[in-house]
Amino acid sequence: MFGWLNYLVTLLVEKGFKMDVESAWGSSIHFFFYDTVKIIILLGLMVFAISYIRSYFPPERTKKILGKFSGITGNIIASLLGIVTPFCSCSSVPIFIGFVESGIPLSFTFSFLITSPIVNEAAFAVLLASFGWKIAVVYVITGVIVGIVGGIIIGKLHLEKEVEEYVYEKRNGTDYVQEMDAKDRLEFAWDNVKDIIHRVWLFLLIGIGIGALIHGYAPAELLSKYAGPDNPFAVLFAVIVGVPLYSNALGTIPIAEALIAKGVGIGTALSFMMATTALSLPEMILLRKVIKPKLIAAFLIITAIAIVIVGYLFNIWAPFLMA
Amino acid sequence: MDIKILGSGCPKCKKLEANVNEALKNTGKTAVVEHVTEYADIASYNIMSTPGLVVDGKVVSAGKVLKPKAIEPLLN
Repeated sequence: MFGWLNYLVTLLVEKGFKMDVESAWGSSIHFFFYDTVKIIILLGLMVFAISYIRSYFPPERTKKILGKFSGITGNIIASLLGIVTPFCSCSSVPIFIGFVESGIPLSFTFSFLITSPIVNEAAFAVLLASFGWKIAVVYVITGVIVGIVGGIIIGKLHLEKEVEEYVYEKRNGTDYVQEMDAKDRLEFAWDNVKDIIHRVWLFLLIGIGIGALIHGYAPAELLSKYAGPDNPFAVLFAVIVGVPLYSNALGTIPIAEALIAKGVGIGTALSFMMATTALSLPEMILLRKVIKPKLIAAFLIITAIAIVIVGYLFNIWAPFLMA
Repeated sequence: MDIKILGSGCPKCKKLEANVNEALKNTGKTAVVEHVTEYADIASYNIMSTPGLVVDGKVVSAGKVLKPKAIEPLLN
């Protein structure tokens, strides 16, 4: 799909910079330009398409849909809706309040809250650019499963008392739903593309830059020895480092791509990515406004364990997925 | 006129506030513009997407950074 781009960038490196693409600098520069253009194209297309679909699923509608389900079906639907519902970390609290107050079980609410940041069109686009469609699709499926399982376990713990009391207060009046016509939806989708690119371009460029250096210079033997799929502690370590780190996940993908090319386990790299997005300090501070520390701890631990398991599974499956 | 911006203080909410002020300037109207950041208060307006815009106690938009031109007709 991007053969033309590879051709153009190779031409640029060889004729423009007068360097051999096989040399250390040449391959770093090639990686940088090739990845930047490819990621921006895929990111723009994907965000536009998903945002358009997303405009049909505002949180108010999601809430209504969820109210109709019970049992594990509810967790599955909640996790799936987590993919399409518009979500930025600053609206996680109002969404949480809206769900809980209208009687949606904590179990569904958390399935939604866990999947929402892990699986999004931007991560999908960058994964597609870096690893191809198989890994991207498997990432989405595992992200959804992590949300379903995490929500079910939190439901079983019966932590309803660990939600701040004011959240349960009944409020008068009906939900305000923003009306949209086709023109509004296109504008919404286009605004999202601008917004996401504006928010992530710097992280992406830094990530691609570091990835490019790794590509040209990092010693493959050393990395595959310590962070390769055979080291059982690599995944655990990646998640522990990833949780407090609040990078934009998208910036970590090009780094992951370059590391994997150098022999780091793909599961290790993906669980690092999931940990940086799903669990972050700013998100915890926001959630503290609606839930008590015990429930935050449960959310953190359960999600982290689920991500570690995903990492191991990916390391085992990777040879089949990359084939 | 009494205008409230509902939002946790995220960049989008601040952008909306700036747009409201510009719309007020363009129309020559005056209003008290207040930023509501407490989640309990935001929830009492029954919105789940921020930023929200409230004019004289009535929600007129949610989850959208309206442009000044789009805000002007909402200011009566």
